[in-house]
Amino acid sequence: MTFANMLNITNSPALSILIWIVLFLLALYFARRPFHQAVMSFSKIIRNALRLGAASVLSAEKRLLVRNREVLMAAGLENAERIVEREFDRIAAAVTRDLESYPNVHRQLSEVIVKLDEDYTNSADVPPSLPNWMPIIESIAKIEHGGDSMVANMLAEINRSLTEQNKKAIEDYRNSTAARHAILNKMMPFWRKVERSLDGIASSMSNIKKRAKTVDRCMDQYEKIRAGSDSAARALSTSALTQFAIAALVLLIAIGGAIINFNLIALPMSEMVGGASYIGPFKTSDVAGLVIILVELTMGLFLMESLRITRLFPIIGAMDDKMRHRMIIITFTLLAILAGVESALAFMRDRIAHDMEVLRQTLAGAEQMGLSPSIIPTVGQMVLGFILPFALAFVAIPLEMFVASSRTVLGAGMAWLLRLLAFFLRLLGNIGFYTGRFIVNIYDLAIFPAIWLEGIILTSKGKKMALPEAEIPEDSKLVEEAVDSYEETIKIKEPQE
Amino acid sequence: MKKLFAIAVVLCLLIAGCTDTKSRSTGVYMLLDTSGTYAVELKKAQKILNYLLGILAPGDTLAVARIDTGSFSEKDIVSKVTFDERPSVANNQKRAFMQQVEAFVTKVKGSPYTDISGGILQAIEYLNEAESGKKYILIFSDLKEELAKGYKRDIPFQLPDYNVIALNVTKLRGDNIDPKEYMARVEDWRAKVEKGGGDWGMVNDLERLDNIFAN
Repeated sequence: MTFANMLNITNSPALSILIWIVLFLLALYFARRPFHQAVMSFSKIIRNALRLGAASVLSAEKRLLVRNREVLMAAGLENAERIVEREFDRIAAAVTRDLESYPNVHRQLSEVIVKLDEDYTNSADVPPSLPNWMPIIESIAKIEHGGDSMVANMLAEINRSLTEQNKKAIEDYRNSTAARHAILNKMMPFWRKVERSLDGIASSMSNIKKRAKTVDRCMDQYEKIRAGSDSAARALSTSALTQFAIAALVLLIAIGGAIINFNLIALPMSEMVGGASYIGPFKTSDVAGLVIILVELTMGLFLMESLRITRLFPIIGAMDDKMRHRMIIITFTLLAILAGVESALAFMRDRIAHDMEVLRQTLAGAEQMGLSPSIIPTVGQMVLGFILPFALAFVAIPLEMFVASSRTVLGAGMAWLLRLLAFFLRLLGNIGFYTGRFIVNIYDLAIFPAIWLEGIILTSKGKKMALPEAEIPEDSKLVEEAVDSYEETIKIKEPQE
Repeated sequence: MKKLFAIAVVLCLLIAGCTDTKSRSTGVYMLLDTSGTYAVELKKAQKILNYLLGILAPGDTLAVARIDTGSFSEKDIVSKVTFDERPSVANNQKRAFMQQVEAFVTKVKGSPYTDISGGILQAIEYLNEAESGKKYILIFSDLKEELAKGYKRDIPFQLPDYNVIALNVTKLRGDNIDPKEYMARVEDWRAKVEKGGGDWGMVNDLERLDNIFAN
């Protein structure tokens, strides 16, 4: 049936259209319930499927958060153990340094004390006391001799003799006191020595005490991490982020250094391995230059491992000291040789570059200046070529930091992405659901005359009109569980942030 | 020890497997028109050659040949070289090449005929033997071919993977009167090259020599 035929069911096209509209509305009205159910079912399928997806993603995020926390705590524990171990090493070194010489100090102190004792004993000799002759002398001097010359002479003699004895006694007393003072004076350096030794011991003890306090602090932190406290998790998370940023920055600087290093040796390497052969899409000379730089980096890594500065290769750290020392010597020697090779290559590069420049000038028809090239750039390049390998050796430290912190940071990033994905899934689910409702409402709007009539008829019969929403069943238990799961994840996540 | 040896053998095999056998070198064969009307332009050709010497790398091949009455001959090759892989040796080869070309340009005598086709055939033969990855034939000529009586050059060119570039295609007196002649001449060579599977190009402004290797 064509459109024209449809308009010709009555004589009047307008009437025909009206009849068709009424029929159409009736058809829509009778199809209303199944249509509502179909649309709502479809929208609920979308919502439930997406909410289930979101729940699954959130569950994955939950597991990831738990794993992240475990990784963070493990890394924190390892770090705390390392710090405690280092502090113990320092204490051991201090004890070895200070207390190793204690027997010697003790012996010295004993000797000094014996000496002091002897001196003290010597100084204890009491000087001869002064005879109480002064009143006797004065008494004799006052005796009246009555002009008898013989008595006068005798008295004078007694007086003189007593005065002399008195003088001598005073002299002896002074000498004895001076000798005692001299002995006491000689004791002073020994006292000072004792004081110094005791000060040294006190300083060592204070140092050990200070270290012990640091160990206590580290142990507290260690205990907190072991207990898995939220404050420790927060502190470790922040620390990991900071370490990641710093390590990334330093690695970028190191990459810059490696690129400069590469440019220094790529051209002269073509003189050694040829400039026209290729390995894959890369020039052999470039690959050779890159290999040298990578070997230098590897040597640097091994050197740092052998020195126990980094712990990327536990097998190296676990070696006995003798083997480790050998490894230090070998890696350092290789690094020094490679640095020397690089320096020579830098020199060769300068020569080749100069030769090329001369050739270019000749080809361009420019006159040669005849000036010998300055030696400064050559020396500069050689020094740079020698220093860069050693500088690159220290990349091991930020690299270890980067590797260690990237586990935490990537885990956190992944968890964030999962949460975002869950959010979008829930959003899409809700959009799908409300789009279904919107379609239902639009449908009802299109057939509003029929619904209006139905309302009038039902009201006249005293019945209440049923709303389409009442037909929608409640959410299933599964969906509610998904919502609960989300809440739980948020609870886990909160302490870590 | 055996394990180490096995690892070393595997590594060697891997490296050998990774080595690229495809040639990445560039081969350039430059034909210089020495016919009477064009011989005066040879100083410009020398500049082009100096430019080429400046940009060609170790491992590349360069040959210069003259276009005369019968150019399909090795005798017409003025100078040829495959640069050593070591840059320092390659630089010395470039200096020697430059001197040879200078000597040729100074002593060259004009030829009565212009056998461009013979020169191209010789170039194809030479570059095929050189096994260069990228092949360029540069024709420094006004593209006016004049064959001596009895010379036959009706052989189609086999130019797959070749770039044929005409340099400094000067306009002749007749071209000024009727530019169609010039256009027809250029078009004729383009058709010949493209029919042979090659790519055609033309660089008349010698300040834009970098266009030679643009593609």
